[in-house]
Formats: sequence, structure tokens, C-alpha cells
Amino acid sequence: MNAIEHNGAEAPAATEAVDGAAPGANANRAKLDIRHLDFYYGKNHVLHDINLKIPERQVMAFIGPSGCGKSTLLRTFNRIYSLYPNQRAEGEIWMDGENILGRDVDINLLRAKVGMVFQKPAPFPMSIFDNIAFGIRLYERLPKAEMEERVVSALKRAALWDEVKDMLGKSGAALSGGQQQRLCIARAIAVKPEVILLDEPTSALDPISTAHIEELVMELAADYTIVIVTHNMQQAARMSSRTAFMYLGEIIEEGETDQIFTAPRKEKTQDYITGRFG
Amino acid sequence: MNLYARRKLLNVFNLTASVLATAFGLFFLVWLLWVLFARGFAHLDPALFTHDMPGPGSEGGGLRNAITGSLMLTVLGVIFGAPLGVMAGIYLSEYGRGGWLAATVRFVSDILLSAPSIVIGVFVYEIMVAPLGGFSGWSGAVALAIIALPVILRTTEDMMLLVPDTMREAAAALGAPRWKVITRVVLRAARSGVMTGILLSVARISGETAPLLFTALNNQFFSLDMSRPMANLPVTIFNFAMGPYDNWHDLAWAGSLLITLVVLGLNILTRAFLRGGNQKG
Repeated sequence: MNAIEHNGAEAPAATEAVDGAAPGANANRAKLDIRHLDFYYGKNHVLHDINLKIPERQVMAFIGPSGCGKSTLLRTFNRIYSLYPNQRAEGEIWMDGENILGRDVDINLLRAKVGMVFQKPAPFPMSIFDNIAFGIRLYERLPKAEMEERVVSALKRAALWDEVKDMLGKSGAALSGGQQQRLCIARAIAVKPEVILLDEPTSALDPISTAHIEELVMELAADYTIVIVTHNMQQAARMSSRTAFMYLGEIIEEGETDQIFTAPRKEKTQDYITGRFG
Repeated sequence: MNLYARRKLLNVFNLTASVLATAFGLFFLVWLLWVLFARGFAHLDPALFTHDMPGPGSEGGGLRNAITGSLMLTVLGVIFGAPLGVMAGIYLSEYGRGGWLAATVRFVSDILLSAPSIVIGVFVYEIMVAPLGGFSGWSGAVALAIIALPVILRTTEDMMLLVPDTMREAAAALGAPRWKVITRVVLRAARSGVMTGILLSVARISGETAPLLFTALNNQFFSLDMSRPMANLPVTIFNFAMGPYDNWHDLAWAGSLLITLVVLGLNILTRAFLRGGNQKG
């Protein structure tokens, strides 16, 4: 993984610790620094002046009721929204000294660095092996043996290897929902990203698969910066170091997960986590 | 009469009506197939495939030249039409969504789909046959390609649109450029559907007569020269059925049955394709 690096003078406070974080373990530098971000679906203004720092190599969770904009916010970090011509983001998101919303950012290279796993697993219509190799082949030309090694290690990392090692040539669609989601995680980590975005990755899965994936994600946090959107508060509490509570397109409160869930500062947060609305 | 009894009665009435309507439709279809088999099957012999068309008044003969010509025209028509149709379909589903150009293309393609095929024949006559100074296999293939084009275009578009956007997002999220997302993932996911469209277009053009009358015309002799008039089954069936000789009539029946069987086979093949594709996902 990349060590902390400075990419020139325009890097805004790249090493500054996340606001309000306790010194020590939580004093990671901000991997993503979101400044005055607004988002529009056509004329619909859905995110309002978002300011947030996402610490490196930790799990950050976005919680909030449906439609509060948490997925929308997540989708700005790899600019996946730009697939749709009527969606538009304004503001800045700094990553390693570069504003990734900038005009001359290579979106494909950005996405190779910021991986994403979606709510519904979408295995590609190809073999399990090729599902993983697809992303690697985009940016690297590896000899066969090395490619196999990469695929196997990604599958092992995603805790899927034991279940698929005898069927790598089979179609990815032949797997169960939970296995497919782990395949998608393996696919995302195979390209060696720096950040992994998870958009409600377990909402379509049974409890056992969910437990598998939660465990896996927490392990991955040692090496990757992870942002997870979830509507499941227990999941956020179990997995994340920091949590941001969103409501109606704004971040109401952000802080250490323990603090958010045990001693929220805002009334709205309190109401949401105690189930008074949502 | 209470409400429940009324509903039951209505149900019986509707069920009877729809079964009768189905039976009425099927009756003619079965009748047609039966006559075709009864008249044509006896003449589906080796000679049909080894002998060329008999001249007026001569005995026996087969349809070798017409079968060969039809195969060449159809295959060439698909070779011309399929790449254009698939690429235009990709444009409509991937690039042109919601744009005015795509809406126009879709509209024109729908008009083309329902245009009388004789109009297409006359059109190709005007742009190819007249300027080049004669009927030719090439112009026949072009006419067939124009007929195949909208069929392939619309099926390709529909099948690509069936691929969920999550698949496109997943591929793009790995850093794949758009063309790779489309060719490696979306087209691949839709490939059995796209193949189905191509096969259906083959079924459609293999029986077309009117456009060939103005383009490939017909040829009594065996010829592989695409720049000259080309023998083909539909026009031969038309000529022979209208002719005065019994062996011509027999050959017309056999030719009709042959085309019908090919179209039937293609339809079964497309079903198998679709089913196989669905299982694999």
C-alpha cells in the first residue's frame, strides 16, 4: 500500500488528523477530504454543502433514513454518478493531494484506485476466474502464473477460495447470493485499490453471509480505506470506527462510532438511533 | 343471480371464447402445414439438391441452383446487415438513451421494419440495379440486408437494455473505459439475445420474394457470380407455381416446404439459444 505521501503544495492538510479524533490509533490522516460538496439530480438539489474527512485505513459508515443521500454521497467518491448525464456534483473532494472532482482527472484511473461494491451483486457473464481477472487485465499485463496468483489471492482475501477453488471455470452467476457478493469484493480488491466503497453490501443477503462479509470488511480495513453505506445501525456499530449520520441531504453529525451511538450530540441523531423515525 | 355465480359464468364464457379463437387460428396454421407436407414431402429427394431447375417442358430437375443462390443471398444479407444492426442497437441502448438522434433512429427503424418489402426492392433497384446496368446477386443481398437491419437493431437494443445498469456500474467501477464495459460485459451478457435477433432476421429474409424480384431477379442456371442475376428459392417458387408444368408445381411445393422447415428450424434454434443463455445468466 501507499505510504503517506505529499503530492505538492496544493495538498490541503493531507496529514492533518481527522477533526475530533482521539490521538493515537484513531489519528489517521484523511484519505478523502470532502469540501463544500453539493449534488444534483437534474434540478433536484440532493446533497447540501457536505464537509467531511474520511480517515485512512479505517471503516467509516454512513447511516440515515432512506433517501437521505448516503448512497449519493458514496457515489461521488469514484464519480460513478457521471455515467448518468443528468447527475452533477459541485465542490471538492481531495484524495492524496488531488481534487478528484477536477476537470482533468482520469475517471477510469480514479475508479481503479477507488473500488466499489454494490447492493446487488453483479457478477459479469464470464467464469469466476475471469470475473476477477477482468479488472486486473484493464491496467496490468501479467504473465499467466502471476495472474493466477493474483486471482487466487484475491479470492482467498475475500474468504471465497475454499468454496470455489474447484470451479474457477464456472460462471459467476452459478454462485449463491452471498458468494456472488464476496466475488464482487474479491473483484474489487484484485485491482489493488486504495479505497473501497460499499453500498449496502449485505442488504440482499442472509444473516450468515452478512456475518461473513462484515468480518471480511473489518479485516480489510487494515489495508484499505473503507466507506460503507448501511441502513442497518447495528451493522454500522459493529463494523465502523467512525460514523456519519445523514438526513435530508446533510450530514447532521459525524464522529467516532461509539460516541454517535452512545452519546450523540444532536437531537436528530438521538431520535434516529433510538428508532423514533427512519 | 349472485355475484359469485355471475363471475363463474363470465369466466366460463371468456375461457370458451378464447379457446375457440385459438383453435380457429391454429386450424389454418395446421391446415397450411399439412398441405405443405402432403404436397411437398414426396419431392424432398436427393435430386432436389443435386439437379438444377428444369427448363420449360423438360422432365425432372431440382432446385440446386436456387438453394445455393438463396443461401448465398441470405448469408451475405446477414453479413452486411448484422454488424450495422448490432452497432446501431449498441448506439441506441448505450449512447443515445433519451437523445433526439436515438429517438429518430428508433422511429425510422420502426418504419423500416413495417415497410412493404417491395418498396425496399424498388429502392435498391433504383440505387444499385439501374446505375450498375443489371440485376445482380449483390443488389439482392443489399436488399435483404436492409430488411434484416431493423430486426437486428431493435432486438440488439432491447436485449442490451435488459442488462441491468448495475452490471455497467460494476464494470465501470473497476476502471473499465466505456467501450470495454460495452463490448466485454454488456454485449457479452446480451449475446444470446443478440444472436437470437440475428437468427430471427435470417428467418425473416430467407423467405422474402418481393425485394429479390427487383434485384437478384432469378437465374435458371447454376451460378456463383454475385454480379449477375442469382437464382433463389422464393422467386423460383413464385415462377414455378405460376408455370404450366406439373414438375414445376412439384418443385414449388418442395421449395416451399424447404423454406418453411428452415424457418421452423431457425425458430427452434433461437429458443434453444435464449434458454441456454438464460441458464448461464
